[in-house]
Amino acid sequence: MNKNIVIIGGGPAGMEAASQLMLLGYSPIIIEKTSALGGHLARWDRLFPDRGSAKGLLDELFVKLNGANIFYDSDIVSINRLNDSYNIILSNGITVIAQAVLIATGFNLFDARKKEEYGYGIYNKVITNADLEAYFKNGSDERIDESGIKRIGFVHCVGSRDEKACNRQCSKVCCITALKQAIELKEKFPESVIYCFYMDLRLFGRKYEDIYLSAQKDFGIRFIRGRVSEASEDIDGNVVIKAEDTLTGKPLKVTLDLLVLMAGMSANPDANRLAGMLSLAIDSDGFLQSYDNVAYIHRSKKKGIFYAGTCTGPKTLPETLSEARSAALDIHNYLKNSDYGG
Amino acid sequence: MAADFGFRLSPSSTINLDKTDLTKFNQLVEEEPDVKKCISCGSCTATCTAGKFYDIGLRKAIIYLQRGMEKEAVKMLEHCMLCGKCMMVCPRGLNTRHIILSISRIYKSERQ
Repeated sequence: MNKNIVIIGGGPAGMEAASQLMLLGYSPIIIEKTSALGGHLARWDRLFPDRGSAKGLLDELFVKLNGANIFYDSDIVSINRLNDSYNIILSNGITVIAQAVLIATGFNLFDARKKEEYGYGIYNKVITNADLEAYFKNGSDERIDESGIKRIGFVHCVGSRDEKACNRQCSKVCCITALKQAIELKEKFPESVIYCFYMDLRLFGRKYEDIYLSAQKDFGIRFIRGRVSEASEDIDGNVVIKAEDTLTGKPLKVTLDLLVLMAGMSANPDANRLAGMLSLAIDSDGFLQSYDNVAYIHRSKKKGIFYAGTCTGPKTLPETLSEARSAALDIHNYLKNSDYGG
Repeated sequence: MAADFGFRLSPSSTINLDKTDLTKFNQLVEEEPDVKKCISCGSCTATCTAGKFYDIGLRKAIIYLQRGMEKEAVKMLEHCMLCGKCMMVCPRGLNTRHIILSISRIYKSERQ
């Protein structure tokens, strides 16, 4: 087939869509801005709900990509609509004419330093979910004192459901990630006491509620309903946090040896840049606007432009992979039928 | 001795988890592991027969015990008539009557 498909972004969505399109007989081109595939997945250790290996999944996605065209360290310089195709100029000087474009630019992890009151980057014992995952993956982090760790706190919704952080949306995956990480820390440090500070626990997915029950029953994780208002450092370098315990209606404070901030998902500015070049609409939450939020979340309103993954809002990995497959099939139908509806 | 200036500072109402002694709560957990499963939904309080007349609710009592507010919790549960309606509505299937009896035993034993 002589139809070109360009996939922008080499994370799980882009990788899975590319391998599906290859199975359908196409030779898609993946454009990746960094020097490696995998996106955020490459920095994660274990995945909810079954604590499967992130590297295992990434390797599997990679094996299926055997023979794909991948441009690493490449940005999109410009992208223009021709009659029935798109002219894409890359930062490495290459120009591609594509009949279909799949945007799979993913999300940006919220920069926890913006929530200055939590002290990330200021206090030594404050880390993020991504730092903790890197610690699990690499086995060390200078901020985690393995011999003296007794009291650990998790703050949910850091940069999520927060108008002032310009992120009104729920990032969806942090509640279950916090539970997974709390359980993993409790396994590593069985003597520790672990608190989770939450506004609501949003455990919507399959088996998530089981993990919640297990976190309470088997691991004794303590859940406190209330948003942490501020963190400070005491004279010993420990972190003191304040919150309202909304279930008793009283202010509460506790000293911790480690504070983990559950940074959420923000829209990727690269997606906004592409949207600018292609006149694609941005939805009220800052993520790309779909053709329809129920039936066609993977389609844009422009002919030949498709979406997969978290460029259209926070998603779990299984959701992202399913969406990549539906986008691949939809691209196939689009390229085959001249009377395609999209 | 400090001089009496005729006024005092109000006691802080803040819950300080650093100073909360959970010895008895841990004993309760040992005997009634179900208390860990409470999700604070409030079904027990909503259905409580005594709730019409007194400030009572097992949900609140369990939280109080974890925050070191033992007196408040025990006082609250004194009004319980052990009718067991809370056991019927609890979504996590806690044996609420048994828990209430254990709380009274563990937390009252010293005062007698």
